[in-house]
Amino acid sequence: MITDVLTAVALYLAIQDFNKVVFKKQKFLIELDKYAPDVAELIQTPMEMHYIPLKVALFYLLNPYTVMSCVAKSTCAINNTVIAFFILATIKGSAFLSAVFLALATYQSLYPLTLFAPALLYLLQREFIPIKLKSKSFWLYTMQYTALYLCSLVVIICLSFFLLNSWDFIPSVYGFILSVPDLTPNIGLFWYFFAEMFEHFSLFFICVFQINVFFYTIPLAIKLKEHPVFFMFVQIAVISIFKSYPTVGDIALYMAFLPVWSHLYRFLRNIFILSCVLVVCSLLFPVLWHLWIYAGSANSNFYYAITLAFNIGQILLISDYFYAFLRREYYLTHGLHLTRQDGTEAMLVLK
Amino acid sequence: MPRPCWARPWCDGGRQGLTLPAVSHYRLFPKALGRLVAALGVQELHLALTQGFWRTRTWGQPPLQAPAGAELWVWFQPTVMDVDKAWKELSNILSGIFCASLNFIDSTNTVTPTASFKPLGLANGTDHHLLRYAVLPREVVCTENLTPWKKLLPCGSKAGLAVLLKAERLFHSSYHSQAVHIRPICRDASCLAVSWELRQTLTVVFDTFSSGQGKKDWSLFKMFSRTLTDACPLASQSKVYVDISPKNKEKELLEVTPTPASVYEAIVQGDKRTYAVYDLLSPSLFNTSRSLNVQLKWKRPQDSSELPTPVLHAQRYVSGYGLQTGEISTLIYNTHPYRAFPVILLETVPWYLRLYVHTLTIITKGKENKPSYIHYQPAQDRRRPHLLEMLIQLPANSITKITIQFERALLKWTEYTPDPNHGFYVSSSVLSALVPSVIAMKDVDVEQSPLFTSLFPSSDGSSYFVRLYTEPLLVNLPTPDFSMPYNVICLTCTVVAVCYGSFYNLLTRTFHVEEPTRGGLAKRLANIIRKFRGVPPL
Repeated sequence: MITDVLTAVALYLAIQDFNKVVFKKQKFLIELDKYAPDVAELIQTPMEMHYIPLKVALFYLLNPYTVMSCVAKSTCAINNTVIAFFILATIKGSAFLSAVFLALATYQSLYPLTLFAPALLYLLQREFIPIKLKSKSFWLYTMQYTALYLCSLVVIICLSFFLLNSWDFIPSVYGFILSVPDLTPNIGLFWYFFAEMFEHFSLFFICVFQINVFFYTIPLAIKLKEHPVFFMFVQIAVISIFKSYPTVGDIALYMAFLPVWSHLYRFLRNIFILSCVLVVCSLLFPVLWHLWIYAGSANSNFYYAITLAFNIGQILLISDYFYAFLRREYYLTHGLHLTRQDGTEAMLVLK
Repeated sequence: MPRPCWARPWCDGGRQGLTLPAVSHYRLFPKALGRLVAALGVQELHLALTQGFWRTRTWGQPPLQAPAGAELWVWFQPTVMDVDKAWKELSNILSGIFCASLNFIDSTNTVTPTASFKPLGLANGTDHHLLRYAVLPREVVCTENLTPWKKLLPCGSKAGLAVLLKAERLFHSSYHSQAVHIRPICRDASCLAVSWELRQTLTVVFDTFSSGQGKKDWSLFKMFSRTLTDACPLASQSKVYVDISPKNKEKELLEVTPTPASVYEAIVQGDKRTYAVYDLLSPSLFNTSRSLNVQLKWKRPQDSSELPTPVLHAQRYVSGYGLQTGEISTLIYNTHPYRAFPVILLETVPWYLRLYVHTLTIITKGKENKPSYIHYQPAQDRRRPHLLEMLIQLPANSITKITIQFERALLKWTEYTPDPNHGFYVSSSVLSALVPSVIAMKDVDVEQSPLFTSLFPSSDGSSYFVRLYTEPLLVNLPTPDFSMPYNVICLTCTVVAVCYGSFYNLLTRTFHVEEPTRGGLAKRLANIIRKFRGVPPL
């Protein structure tokens, strides 16, 4: 519970700082005339941004998923705290603390390794270093940050070695996360997949699933290099959905960020259906589990189906927010009221 | 009691340990087992194949109990370098000799106990890393296991006592256990030379009530459908012992025909017992007829079974509901009126029942009972099972309850047996104890005592060694749907592809203002319908 409160406080402070940064950037771009003239209603005002940090903290603390993982005394709360502190340190601009917390988060569960890219992009932006492959200062800063991160990771792992006097913990912890030997049902997609897998293909599919978590980083980095905090949000969501043993605590962490993008509400296409899907699936999970394990009147397929629906709901939620974000960016630069060549109202499509 | 190593001439000062003689005379000892023991460096071998469970409370203390299924425990000699490799080879070769599926013994059901299963023969030092113990509770015992067992006997089933062992009668029984024990022993009382001893035991419980029309009278002919004709010419001793112990000090309750030549009295397992002895080698036995049919008739009808409650007995059961958690409870009864004694409990639980050791509780007479020795080795998934060994002190006249909770794992679909809803077996737990006997036992001459009392070494006359087994447990695990592998792969990959597709679209495409197009056929048709409705066209 203390870790949950710490996470909420860290997120509150982080979003407060982030809002200041967003506002400054907005002002900068308005002065540079980068925005189209008729987008006044899209610009974020300090008034509406005033309560966002409080909303973020409350979203995290009052989320039923957070309460559930607190009651279950899951170590997911500690994972979330470390990631929240990492986000706070990154937004505050301290590269050293950010590297240390990222190393801690990676040490616990391997997947926050992918958050290295958004953190690096944010810190580069903050230091006003342009992201060009030929720029010397870019490479210098990247090397510094990488060195900080790797050194802290190595220090933590060596401390573990000295505590345990053997390297056995590496296959037990990281080998376990990567090779998924335990098939206890959870809310993710892996368990049933590997329970029904032919032995011949299991190595291939394990590799495919693990690569799936990591390989969205580079394309997202290229597309969202101007918006590293949104990139971080999408990356955390991808980790929560596709990690090998997901829990509801991971979902609570990325859902805490949704108030930050509340200005995207008007561009979201399926938010009603998706929230219904998520709520209904969350309610059906314990029911079908009970029917399978205790009542014996359903079998594992029922629970598996709800897992599928829940994960599709989450995936579509994230891609909906992504779509809305990109659409708002387009409108900001091209104007809100678009007209076609013949003067009639235009529609936007992705091509 | 075996003399210490330095007192024996073939033991070189304890450095190399016991130098066991090579098996070279195959006149009586079967060559298959002799070559096996020599090649793999086996010091002691005990294999038991059992069908059924010994009901201690109705049948009394078993002479030699074995757990349901196949049990194999082996002590290797200290000269063996790779014990696991030797163990694997041994189980495979024995599987071939006895036609049993002992080749299923692997690291997931083998344990190395530290306190139970001390060597029963001569041994110098007991490094428990040389011991391996495995049980296959699912193993079924039938005629094809009895036949190679009979083949190991010097006379086979052609002469001697083994002519009685015909499979169709032996398997019409409530309990059938056949065992093979190989161990090194002293050749005589002075212990100047060591021999290999092969002991084959067969324990069968016939239900004469149901087959004898409700009467408890039995005869060899009724039980085995044949009689004894002669002794095996290679045997130096061939005797039949019939327990005619009088109960409640009443004589003449039962009658044995033909009249036994001698009567043997001994204290076996803490009880004073009288045996009628038929010596097949004595010429006077087969005087009148060529066959010996021992018959026992009860003079008065018996009301109920009067077997005394054994001093130590145990039962085990699994409780809980649902397919997620459960609890294993073991009840150990000490019915001795005034003596307390310790018992070693060995439990082997397969890895897919994850034990919660912090929930282990031992309660005697309402109070917590702390064991004086605990050895716990946790399981590793798909590699080794749980091993729990405890030394528990049982107070006099008490019931001790040991409970531990577990969680059931979901296995990969290829790891389930073809009948997964039958359940998975948990092998019997083993209780080893030196039970104090109510009557003091005299130190008997090993040569004179019958063979069935000399397997377990007795250190003094006041207690006897007992090894009991509890029931095997049957536990259900949650099962995936076995008809679904292709469907599951398709659906999960679809979900991953949904994510990939959405992200691909958003990452590689950009927003454009839509250019007006003429519209396809469908659009024109829709526009016509709209014009009729009075709605603006698309």
